[in-house]
Amino acid sequence: MHSPQPNLESRAGDDWPAELYRLLKAADVRQMSYVPDAGHSQLIRLFSADRDVTTNVLTTEEEGVAIAAGAWLGGQRSVLLMQSSGVGNCINMLSLSAIGRFPMLMLVTMRGEWAEFNPWQVPMSRATQPSLEAIGVKVMRAETPEDLVETVESAAALAYEADQQIAVLIGQRLIGKKKW
Amino acid sequence: MSMSVSSQLERRAAVAALLKNRKDTLVVSGLGSPTYDLHAAGDRDDNFYLWGAMGGAALIGLGLAQAQPGKRVLALTGDGEQLMGLGGIATIGVARPRNLDIVVIDNQHFGETGMQASHTGRGVDLTAIAAACGFAATGTLRTIEEVERLATQIGEQSEGPRLFVIKVLAENPPRSLPSRDAVFIKNRFRAHLGFAAA
Repeated sequence: MHSPQPNLESRAGDDWPAELYRLLKAADVRQMSYVPDAGHSQLIRLFSADRDVTTNVLTTEEEGVAIAAGAWLGGQRSVLLMQSSGVGNCINMLSLSAIGRFPMLMLVTMRGEWAEFNPWQVPMSRATQPSLEAIGVKVMRAETPEDLVETVESAAALAYEADQQIAVLIGQRLIGKKKW
Repeated sequence: MSMSVSSQLERRAAVAALLKNRKDTLVVSGLGSPTYDLHAAGDRDDNFYLWGAMGGAALIGLGLAQAQPGKRVLALTGDGEQLMGLGGIATIGVARPRNLDIVVIDNQHFGETGMQASHTGRGVDLTAIAAACGFAATGTLRTIEEVERLATQIGEQSEGPRLFVIKVLAENPPRSLPSRDAVFIKNRFRAHLGFAAA
């Protein structure tokens, strides 16, 4: 379920989306695809305003796994944004990344693990890391903005330079509590 | 919704005619028979064969088309494969690449698993779905002459993505098997475009 998160408590000084955008641009990312999550909203805005990056809004997250493989076949690096509920949608399509050793970088905002109001987010939250690891994706986690920037930089190098399949899980504690 | 009239077209003849003058068109094939059909038409470095990732063929085509705007890209797939990727038709319609064609070799059955009837023989029309998603052109073909006419358009510029359904006989011709080593096929494809392996 991709329930909207329109109102996040702002955290002054936390400009990690701009930092992620900067480092992904420095890594020469040319395609970005996403199913929206409020935690990704600023990064989606930054990429969407960038004429040097092709962005695709998806109907379901596994489409982005296939697009990433096609982008790499054509010589471009890409990144896929989603929330944790979307990971379950991706599992079979990630066979493509695993068996073809396609560079894959997924940034996953976590739901269902920290001050979560919606119990429907909890089961897939619990299954996110085990299911990614079961299909062969390396999971990295970050709980603070500083750690996140460093983790994504490292993940990008692993994906694009070493042909690895990486998911960075962005802790819900970092993103902030949803206001209802 | 009416039942579709069955076609007498043989899939191998249709794919061979479709690709006869493909020039430098990059081709991605969906798992099962379309992969065998593409291989039977001639193994090439600019073919990417899928043996899995059901529902992904057209979307791999999208990522490739976006990365290579100067080249034509063809996603050659089957009705079952495209039905699993129905949402992808909406995504491609919104992305609106001008260099991507999807051709569905439609035998109205799941041929790989025992010829169970699929949705496309029961009134579901992929071309109508694509048209509703904003594709620039769509069409349903039933004869070799129609396929030969389409073959002349495959390499041409278009205003947006196109989706064509070629209705074929429900048959399983002898398998023509490309390599199942996806890393090899990937690196061969990328080398064709001038990219080094890692």
